[in-house]
Amino acid sequence: MSGLEPDKPIEASCDPMQASPPLPASGFNTRAIDLGRIECLQILDEHGDIEEGLQPDIEDNELLRVHRAMLLSRAFDSRMLAMQRQGQMGTFAPNLGQEACMIGQVWPLGDEDWFSPSYRAFGAQIWRGWSMERLMTLWAGYHDGFPPPDDVKDLPFSIVIGSHVLPATGIAMAMRRAKDPHCMVVNFGDGAFSQGAITEAMNFAAVDQAPIVFVCENNGWAISTPLDKQAGNEVLAARGAGYGVHSIRVDGNDILAMMTAMKEACDRARRGEGPTLIEAITFRMSLHTTADDPTVYRDESLVEPWHNRCPIRRFELWLTRTNRLTTQDCDRIREECEQEVLDARAYFRKNATAKPREIFDHIYDTITPELESQRMDYLRRLDRKGVE
Amino acid sequence: MPKCTMVEALNLALDEALGNDQQVCLMGQDIGVNGGVFRVTKDLQTKYGADRVMDTPLAECGIIGTAVGMAIYGMKPIAEIQFSGFTMQAFDQIEQNMARYRNRTQGRFNIDMVMRAPYGGGIRAVEHHSESREAYWVHTPGLKVVIPSGPRNARALLAASIADPGPVIFYEPKAIYRAFREDVPDSPETMELGKANIAQSGDDITIISYGAMMRPAREAVEDLTELHSINAELIDLLTISPIDTETLLQSVTKTGRCIIVHEGHQTCGVGAEIAARLAEGGAFEYLVAPLKRLTAPDIPHPYFQVEQHFLPDPDDIIGAARELMEWT
Ligand SMILES: Cc1ncc(C[n+]2csc(CCOP(=O)(O)OP(=O)(O)O)c2C)c(N)n1
Ligand SMILES: [Mg+2]
Repeated sequence: MSGLEPDKPIEASCDPMQASPPLPASGFNTRAIDLGRIECLQILDEHGDIEEGLQPDIEDNELLRVHRAMLLSRAFDSRMLAMQRQGQMGTFAPNLGQEACMIGQVWPLGDEDWFSPSYRAFGAQIWRGWSMERLMTLWAGYHDGFPPPDDVKDLPFSIVIGSHVLPATGIAMAMRRAKDPHCMVVNFGDGAFSQGAITEAMNFAAVDQAPIVFVCENNGWAISTPLDKQAGNEVLAARGAGYGVHSIRVDGNDILAMMTAMKEACDRARRGEGPTLIEAITFRMSLHTTADDPTVYRDESLVEPWHNRCPIRRFELWLTRTNRLTTQDCDRIREECEQEVLDARAYFRKNATAKPREIFDHIYDTITPELESQRMDYLRRLDRKGVE
Repeated sequence: MPKCTMVEALNLALDEALGNDQQVCLMGQDIGVNGGVFRVTKDLQTKYGADRVMDTPLAECGIIGTAVGMAIYGMKPIAEIQFSGFTMQAFDQIEQNMARYRNRTQGRFNIDMVMRAPYGGGIRAVEHHSESREAYWVHTPGLKVVIPSGPRNARALLAASIADPGPVIFYEPKAIYRAFREDVPDSPETMELGKANIAQSGDDITIISYGAMMRPAREAVEDLTELHSINAELIDLLTISPIDTETLLQSVTKTGRCIIVHEGHQTCGVGAEIAARLAEGGAFEYLVAPLKRLTAPDIPHPYFQVEQHFLPDPDDIIGAARELMEWT
């Protein structure tokens, strides 16, 4: 049992943030405390229908940008898998079926906002301005792929699970002190949420009223570990409530719900009204990484229902039904995205270069004399081995 | 017993420990149904049940901290950290509790547990999956540190680490998890902790290494004999803490020359400690050439496109040995 059926029925609410829990009264209170109701937001259902009155006020061109970004993420995903299988890529973590979470969480961010992604968030990184060739360079094991592009306010993605969430919180704390009117979005998984560091981060953010949005992308699995072995209370959003962080669950395969909830949370942070935790419920449909074989630990039947919940399928049903796009448009965009990925691959193949002589260059601002002598030894070794 | 890889040999040692002692239990991320990401615990959950072979939540500090508690109660936990890079998340519990409860309680609570983790480079992994930071644990009072170099000694040393009454850090050289097979005897086998192994004897120069670096060291020793008529003595530390100073001293007083090879960083690494012991412990006056360390430099393990030449290889060892042989 993956524990990942979104709690049925999903309670829809136009204004989910109303339900944030009351902060505990200061001083000793002998009465029972109600931490409040945790809403779960869904706007677009599996059939591509929108519940009466819930349609968010988002401009069509924004919807189409988001749709395209989801398709691009998927095209990148399948190309990277293929490249890995052909020996042209290192271990890669696919993102199939999580495109709505990915794109929805960065959609409200402007260039002055910050984003700190987990390692599975390439769709969001592309949206934020990381070129696909840069991401290919990164996954192929070159140092050049890791630094964020100069004009992008992102942290590099986090390989040590959960360790980026405290630094992200610190950035938000500094932003508040600087009266910076922007916000930080930090993203992590259901497994990551077991790390003590993330509860510490939520507590710091709540005490500090830091402008940060915690997005827990609950895809039901952490490698082979299903949610019910990961968490005693499978409602992960309840943890935020416990710390005094506004908390909500969102159908993470519903792009409209993700956009709506994220916009509200980012606006709240920017207004100086403190942190939000969004538990986005989705599903890891593919491999954990290319080094993983899910057939060892999970039954294919658990994946099956998620095909119908596919965030792209659902969105396209609605976009076409409401005449925002035709199916031909969708096919054309898919092809364009595929071509974009191929162009990126061509660029990557041509330009990625290993630079073994530079591996000492960024340890210190100014290299220490001791390290400089180690560097010289190393360079002489490379000379002896005939390495450029 | 047919020839085993190190992964299979470790699995065998764990199976034997679980079978022999009801108090032994395994805990770690993805070690149950999945059998561990490297399959070291394959099938053990099916055989011994989920209470004894536990998939834990994703929290290394939690794994080690709760293992310490279980050990206080009388169990013998063997905790797996998926990659040694993530033992850093557990540093708190290793340093503050695992290594110290015994002393804090004047022996009342023995922390009879093992922390296993794959360490080392050369598997084309992303950042944090290639480090060799065993020196941290060597530096931590109260711990023993064990690193095997092949399937057979892996099985025997893991058995010994489990049998040892105190906390043991057991680092597994993942680069050679499946690199070669060895005969492993049918009946359980153990080895004394704290004893280095003379993998090959020789009179000209001593080469000290451990773990995955034993492979290039062996290769170098063969070439030194065949191509350069240099008879090197190769010592496999096996236990990194406590270090078998006696065996090292004996060898170096005989050869007068010594190279120490490891994957960990140079500064305050295991090689630094060995060099100090040799210098302090009476080998000093027998040295005819300076001591030489071949280690990773003091920078993080680089990404895999540029890792090929980061760690010492046979050519480096041969070059250093010839240099020391010519020293006057
Ligand atoms: C501190 C740490 N422990 C273990 C790992 C190995 N590891 C990589 S991904 C992963 C599972 C992560 O699960 P989750 O947070 O749910 O993210 P998802 O993979 O589902 O995106 C694990 C255990 C790691 N990278 N870092
Ligand atoms: Mg997950």
